[in-house]
Amino acid sequence: MRCVSTVIIGAGQSGLAFSHELTARSIDHVVLERAEVANSWKAERWDSLRLLTPNWQTRFSDYAYNGPDPDGYMSMKEVASFLKDYAAYCSAPVETNTQVLSVTAADFEYLVKTTNGDWLCQSVVLASGACNKSNIPGIANEFPNSVSNIGLHQYKNPEQLEDGGVLVVGAAASGAQIAKEVQTSGRQVTMSVGEHVRVPRTYRGRDICWWMVATGLMDTPYTEVDDINRARKVASLQLMGSDDRADIDINSLRALGINIVGRLQGLRESQALFSGALKNHCALADLKMNRLLGTIDEWVNERELNSEFDPVHRFHDTKIDANTPLQFDLSSNDIKTVIWATGYKPDYSWLHLPVLDRKGTICHDGGIVSNMSGLYVMGLPFMRKRKSSYIDGASGDAADLAHHLASNLKRKAA
Amino acid sequence: MTNTQATAIVDNGVNVEAILGAREALDATPEAAQFKWRVSSDWVNGTHTTTKINKFFGLGEEQDRGKEFAVDMDHPEVFASEDNAPTPVEVVLSGLAGCLSAGVATIAQNREIQLRSVRATIEGDMDLQGILGIDEDVRNGFGAIRVKFDIDADASDEDINALVAQSQKRSAVFDILTNPTNVFVEVN
Repeated sequence: MRCVSTVIIGAGQSGLAFSHELTARSIDHVVLERAEVANSWKAERWDSLRLLTPNWQTRFSDYAYNGPDPDGYMSMKEVASFLKDYAAYCSAPVETNTQVLSVTAADFEYLVKTTNGDWLCQSVVLASGACNKSNIPGIANEFPNSVSNIGLHQYKNPEQLEDGGVLVVGAAASGAQIAKEVQTSGRQVTMSVGEHVRVPRTYRGRDICWWMVATGLMDTPYTEVDDINRARKVASLQLMGSDDRADIDINSLRALGINIVGRLQGLRESQALFSGALKNHCALADLKMNRLLGTIDEWVNERELNSEFDPVHRFHDTKIDANTPLQFDLSSNDIKTVIWATGYKPDYSWLHLPVLDRKGTICHDGGIVSNMSGLYVMGLPFMRKRKSSYIDGASGDAADLAHHLASNLKRKAA
Repeated sequence: MTNTQATAIVDNGVNVEAILGAREALDATPEAAQFKWRVSSDWVNGTHTTTKINKFFGLGEEQDRGKEFAVDMDHPEVFASEDNAPTPVEVVLSGLAGCLSAGVATIAQNREIQLRSVRATIEGDMDLQGILGIDEDVRNGFGAIRVKFDIDADASDEDINALVAQSQKRSAVFDILTNPTNVFVEVN
C-alpha cells in the first residue's frame, strides 16, 4: 500500500490540468490512468470525429495549440497527441495501464484499489470524464434480433455496418454527424429527432465558439443559471468540425436525403413509433438559436463594433414535412442497424461512496462532492462554468478546486 | 411593449411561487408526485354518455374536491344523434386547449409577461372512413391537429412564440396526443 495526499483518477484534460495545479502547490499526488493519456479521445470515439471547438480554443492556462491552423478542428489523434505533450510539459505523475477497481472511505481517508496495487490518500479527484458509457435507453432491448444495436462507443465508421437502412436515434452533435456520414456511405438513414440545440458553425464571419467566448457565455458560472440541473442535461451543440465549416442541422441533413422523424417513443412489433411533437422540438431549437444570435448582435451593438463583422442575418427556420410519418416499419424499410446517439454517461461502478442520487448522478456543488470531504469531480457539463466540459474549461476549474483541496488539507493537518 | 405596463405587477392569476414550491418538494419526494386521475361514466341513451369527475389520488393520498363535475358527450344530428353535448373528440380538443392555455398563463407569469387575452382555435382532421370501417388503412383518430393561438400580451412576438413552445413542451395533453400510451380495457 502506498500513501499520497491526492489521487487523481483519469489522465485526460481534467486530470492533467488538476495535476498541474497540485504540482504548483507542491501537493504530492498521482494520476491513475486505466490505459494511456487521453484514452477516451483516442480509443472511444468514431474515426472521423474532430473537436467541435477550433484549435485556438484547445488550450490550458499556460499551454495552447500553436500550430499553423488556429481555426481548424483537431482529429482525435491530434487531441490525444496534444494531451500527451501537455502531460510531458506538466511532468504529470501518471501511472498508465492502471485501472481503478474501487474507491472506499476509511477513517477520514480514501482507499483506492487498482490493478497495480492500492493507494491510501486524503483526497480523490474523479477526472474519469462524463462519457465513459453510451447512454442507451431501455427501448433498445425491445428491437427485433434482425436489427443490430450500436452505441456511440461501438460506432467507428459506416463500413462496419451491414448494408441496408439505418435508424439514427438522437440529433445532437454525434447523431447529426453520424447520420451524415452513414447517409453519404449509401445507406438510407432515418434520423429520430427530439430536443436539440441548433447553432450555426459560423455567424457574422466568426466561429460560433469565438462568439460564445467573446460574449462571456462560455464563462457563465453555474451559480448564475436559473435551473442548473436542467442546464447540466442540455444536449451538445449540433455542430461539426470540418474543413468547409459547414452547418449541420436538420435542414442540411434533410437535403442529403435523410428521413427526419420525431423522437422515438415506442415499438409495437416491427413498428417504430415516433412523437408528433417534432415541429415543436424544432421550433424550440430555432427560438433558442435566434436568442443566442440576438445576444451576439446586442453585444456587438453595445460595443459599436458592427463595422468589424459581417452583417446581421438569420437562418431559415427548420422545415418540417407536414406528412412526417409517426410510424415506421423496420422490416419493410429494411432497417438493419440502430445507432443510439443518445448521449454518454459516466461510469461510477467502482465508486463505493454514498454520493450518487437516485438517477446515478453525482451530487456536487461546483465539483466539490457533497457530504464527502476531500472528494472532487471534474469535467462534467456546466460543472462550474458553461465551458467546464470543454478542454478550455479544465484549467480554470482545476485551479478553483485545487485551491479548495489545498485549504482542506491544511485544515486537516492543523 | 407599453412603458406604462412595464413597471406594473404582472398578474395572470397564477400562483407561481406555489408551483415552484411544489416542484422543489416533489423533486425531493418522487413518490408524492405519483398521481392517478379518474373519471366514471354512465351511458344515458343513444350516443349520449355523461361522466362524473371528482376524486383523484396524489401527494400520497386520496384527494376529494368535495364537489362533482359532469362532462356530457353525444354525437351531432348529422350522425342521426340527438346532439345533447359535444362529441368525445371535441372534448379531447378542448382538453388540449385547456392544457396549452394553462401552460401559457403559468409560464407567462413565471416570465413576468402580463396576458390580456389568450385564444386558441383548434382544428382536428378526421377521415370518417376510419371509424366507419370503410378503409382499414385510415386511422380512427385525428390525421392531424392544428392549433392557432391569438395572444395579446406585453411581450415581443418572439417571447410569445417562446411561451407557446414552452407550453407544448410541458403539456400533458400535448404529450398524450403526440405520443403513444398503453391503454388497458377490461370488463368487470
